[in-house]
Amino acid sequence: MTEDETNLVDVAPGAPHSNILSETLAYVIGLAFALILTGVSFWVASTSVLWGPGVAVGLVVLAIAQMGVHLVFFLHITSGPDNTNNVLALAFGVLIVFLVMIGTIWIMGHMDANMSPDPALMNLQMQH
Amino acid sequence: MTTEAATIGLTHGSSEDTGLGHRGPESKSIVVPYGFWLFILSDMVLFSALFATYASLAHATDGGPTSNQLFDRNLVAIETLALLVSSFTCGLAMIAAKRGNMMWTQGWLVVTGLLGAVFLSIEMYEFATMVGEGAGPQRSAFLSSFFTLVGCHGAHVTVGLLWIGTMMAQIWAKGFREHIMRRLLCLSVFWHALDIIWVAIFTIVYLIGTLS
Repeated sequence: MTEDETNLVDVAPGAPHSNILSETLAYVIGLAFALILTGVSFWVASTSVLWGPGVAVGLVVLAIAQMGVHLVFFLHITSGPDNTNNVLALAFGVLIVFLVMIGTIWIMGHMDANMSPDPALMNLQMQH
Repeated sequence: MTTEAATIGLTHGSSEDTGLGHRGPESKSIVVPYGFWLFILSDMVLFSALFATYASLAHATDGGPTSNQLFDRNLVAIETLALLVSSFTCGLAMIAAKRGNMMWTQGWLVVTGLLGAVFLSIEMYEFATMVGEGAGPQRSAFLSSFFTLVGCHGAHVTVGLLWIGTMMAQIWAKGFREHIMRRLLCLSVFWHALDIIWVAIFTIVYLIGTLS
């Protein structure tokens, strides 16, 4: 198999690079990024410096960023041609995840807000 | 390589590969982890349904304890750290395994398993404390969805621990054969995925749930 050929072949998800230094470095960088993002998340959640209503959105953004770090540095998902299948499957998974979560939160939020004649009696808070 | 086989596209190594299947199927070491990757993604979809349930019911406390009263951020920080570092050591075990280094592979797998056990014990402790305080899964819709979501993740970690133990035994008994390496790669994908799901849990359940 030629050098060119090697680059074309698919790689399995999670399969590390070939050089021990760059492999270890990828994990170390990933760990550092993940630690920083986790630390910032916990700080953002406990500080009173930031604008209150924006904190939840900021936390979700930080979480998505950290998931990206995990995918790239721990699971070695790349944009390279050898990773097309892995990325496509991931994209489909992410699509379904967002449809399920946003769809549910959207619909259930509206049900909660609109469909109760007496909010005190009927909203979700009162259900067992 | 026969000309006939090359014509109908059954051979590897053709320089005119288009990526459209002319090479024939990939080797087992690609196909199996890819199938496992699809399983992981469907597992994420399962968790997204549990997250959606939790988000809908998070305020349905039925007059019982709320997330603000129940959750302890310090414990969650330790859990998060344990799982994150275990994900890292799992990667180091994979690097050692690829080079056929028995001692380091087993060592990093032990560390990974121990950190997973630390995570699981803290979670058990948290659950036991909550149930002891009368905040069990029967108390309210919020707590039912909480125990389902976080408990499902905990069950995955438990399976992961059993799997780590199994792989350590298999590596010890059979060495770094191809099919063992395949299983090990699937295990590492599984373990990293658990950490990804935990990121969503500690953010949505524990941090956003305890904002003042």
